[in-house]
Amino acid sequence: MLEIINLHARVGDKQILNGISLQVRVGEVHAIMGPNGSGKSTLAQVLAGHPAYEVTAGQATFQGRDLLDLEPEERARAGLFLAFQYPVEIPGVSNAYFLRAALNEIRKARGQEELDPIDFMDLAEEKLKLVEWGPDILSRAVNAGFSGGEKKRNEILQMAVLEPTLAILDETDSGLDIDALRIVAEGVNRLRRPDNATVVVTHYQRLLNYIVPDFVHVIAAGRIVRSGGRELALELEAKGYEWLTEAVPA
Amino acid sequence: MSPSPESSVESLVNREYQYGFVTDIESESLPPGLNEDVVRTISAKKQEPAWMTEWRLKAYRRWLEMKEPHHWANVSYPVIDYQKIIYYSAPRTAKPLGSLAEVDPELLRTYEKLGIPLSEQKLFAGVAVDAIFDSVSVATTFKETLRKQGIVFCSMNEAIREHPDLVQAYLGSVVPPNDNFFAALNAAVFSDGSFVYIPKGVRCPMELSTYFRINTADTGQFERTLIVADEGATVSYLEGCTAPKRDTNQLHAAVVELVALRGATIKYSTVQNWYAGDAEGKGGIYNFVTKRGKCAGDDSKISWTQVETGSAITWKYPSVILQGDRSVGEFYSVAVVNGKQQADTGTKMIHVGRDTRSTIVSKGISAGQGNNSYRGLVKVLGRASGARNYTQCDSMLIGNRCGAHTFPYIDVQNPTAAVEHEASTSKIGEDQIFYLKQRGLNTENAISMIVNGFCKEVFKELPMEFAVEAQKLLGVSLEGSVG
Ligand SMILES: Nc1ncnc2c1ncn2[C@@H]1O[C@H](COP(=O)(O)OP(=O)(O)OP(=O)(O)O)[C@@H](O)[C@H]1O
Ligand SMILES: [Mg+2]
Repeated sequence: MLEIINLHARVGDKQILNGISLQVRVGEVHAIMGPNGSGKSTLAQVLAGHPAYEVTAGQATFQGRDLLDLEPEERARAGLFLAFQYPVEIPGVSNAYFLRAALNEIRKARGQEELDPIDFMDLAEEKLKLVEWGPDILSRAVNAGFSGGEKKRNEILQMAVLEPTLAILDETDSGLDIDALRIVAEGVNRLRRPDNATVVVTHYQRLLNYIVPDFVHVIAAGRIVRSGGRELALELEAKGYEWLTEAVPA
Repeated sequence: MSPSPESSVESLVNREYQYGFVTDIESESLPPGLNEDVVRTISAKKQEPAWMTEWRLKAYRRWLEMKEPHHWANVSYPVIDYQKIIYYSAPRTAKPLGSLAEVDPELLRTYEKLGIPLSEQKLFAGVAVDAIFDSVSVATTFKETLRKQGIVFCSMNEAIREHPDLVQAYLGSVVPPNDNFFAALNAAVFSDGSFVYIPKGVRCPMELSTYFRINTADTGQFERTLIVADEGATVSYLEGCTAPKRDTNQLHAAVVELVALRGATIKYSTVQNWYAGDAEGKGGIYNFVTKRGKCAGDDSKISWTQVETGSAITWKYPSVILQGDRSVGEFYSVAVVNGKQQADTGTKMIHVGRDTRSTIVSKGISAGQGNNSYRGLVKVLGRASGARNYTQCDSMLIGNRCGAHTFPYIDVQNPTAAVEHEASTSKIGEDQIFYLKQRGLNTENAISMIVNGFCKEVFKELPMEFAVEAQKLLGVSLEGSVG
């Protein structure tokens, strides 16, 4: 579904990604871990097409299409979803209005009919259950004045509504209390289908008890320095990153 | 690569001005220039009574003694030669019209093209329209329906002839002819406008609306609107405007007076989309307007809502004199400037009565090389115990070449008054746009959504029909995010 080969990227003069290669197939869950500032969010943003990041080498294909050639909204419409590490506030625009506009763009791209506000509310109510939220959140402005944890949960609500084929969750677990962590993780698990895939960026092996990954990758200094199975996360928890990063030239 | 937020908003706001066409209709115009004879001729053409001619002449003589307020507002423009302006122009067919059937079909087509069909069955249900073409009112719809409730809705001209006592009692009572340079000019040469009277206790059953259109080249438009809501009456009034694209500047110096008696409510909404000039700043309307309301009675309320997107220069401060005790004044404004547009707009709230309250919400959006200034005065007189004002003034910048300025003036002479002012300036963020694009919206819709959210507190004050108009103007889909 997603194939990344030797991806290099920079922001301004600063080179951040130094040759990332990664393959994600349908049905899989991949976890990405690594020290602060190693390039995890950059990878996610580059895949989503943030204009501040410049790809200097390498390729990425998504469902057979050249991902890097697509506008961010085309990537979204093709089924790529990024749950932001820092979700953005859009004052004055209600969550419901925003979600329906986004969903209708994606439905149009899939050749489905657009939903009117009434049908949308029915669907939204179903999705709210998944994140154990009441309908009040729909009338609030997008992320404006949300607590850190609420913003993260709102990302998962959006994911539930948009039903992406590839979801990249960038530290969605950070800042969540214990109950919220369970709710978010269960939500993500229930959204798993044989024909979609999930990439979770996290610092905590705790999350991986809920969302069990097929693969764990460690990024350091813009490269994947180690890949393994579920047990790699436990090993990292015990030993930290140093034993992996020491060998890597900065 | 995706376009920068600046370029896409510019293309959005810069979309070809779609109301820039000229109607090919024979019109009767006076030669350019202004003197006492021109004032008398205008008055004569309108078959006005002697008191009205005198009123105009007095204003004209005052105007001669006044100076244009060139350095007051934060705008600049070349000196206007008042002898080069045409002060009267009317479609040649314009005689007092008995019914819509008598309106020139070319004029009806013009309004259809502007999206304002004048035939009553095609109109928005529940909106009565007075259409002003150059200097004269060409049609007023739903007059009969309104007359049954004692409501007067007609051209100012007709009001001067048919309701002289009402006109004499209120004309100039809020904006006296000597109020300011442009108000004096207007008083001398105003050619038409709308007049509304809502009798005691009547709630006007439909939105009343005036649609202004400048057609003839080099014509100034000087309309005058007077709205009187008698005790306990309620009315909502809408004003819309467009003009053809021309490469010379045209002057629009209107006066609007509102009078709310005891317990009355007047809501006045404007969507202003005059031609703004081209990208180099050539042409466009100079919009120098005096709008003022008087809450004359206790417990009365006047609310101004404006969405200003057009004109080369906008200079306007819809104001409220809060004379009655417990009266309420409101001002909700969205002003958008782009290209080389300049806007200096805001409000004045003058608290005279006890326990009077005013609210000001101003949203300025600047793009291109546009320059947007908010200028607001909150004045609390000695007698106005318990007066309250809340002002919120937000600016949004799109790009690096535009400007936003805020000039709040506060003058409080009563120690029990509470005046609160909040201001913010923000830049439309690349991260906001990217976030929305990541959810499937294109850049244009993303910017629309962000700008629309920014203006929400104002848009929700607009009547439904106008909210739709405002949404179109900003290229914004408002559905669901309003109300
Ligand atoms: N827009 C930017 N401008 C300047 N530097 C940036 C920008 N984005 C990322 N960086 C830098 O690139 C490096 C990688 O950042 P990135 O956000 O990808 O790290 P991360 O692995 O997600 O870290 P964390 O675990 O703290 O979230 C950091 O040194 C960061 O400061
Ligand atoms: Mg990160």
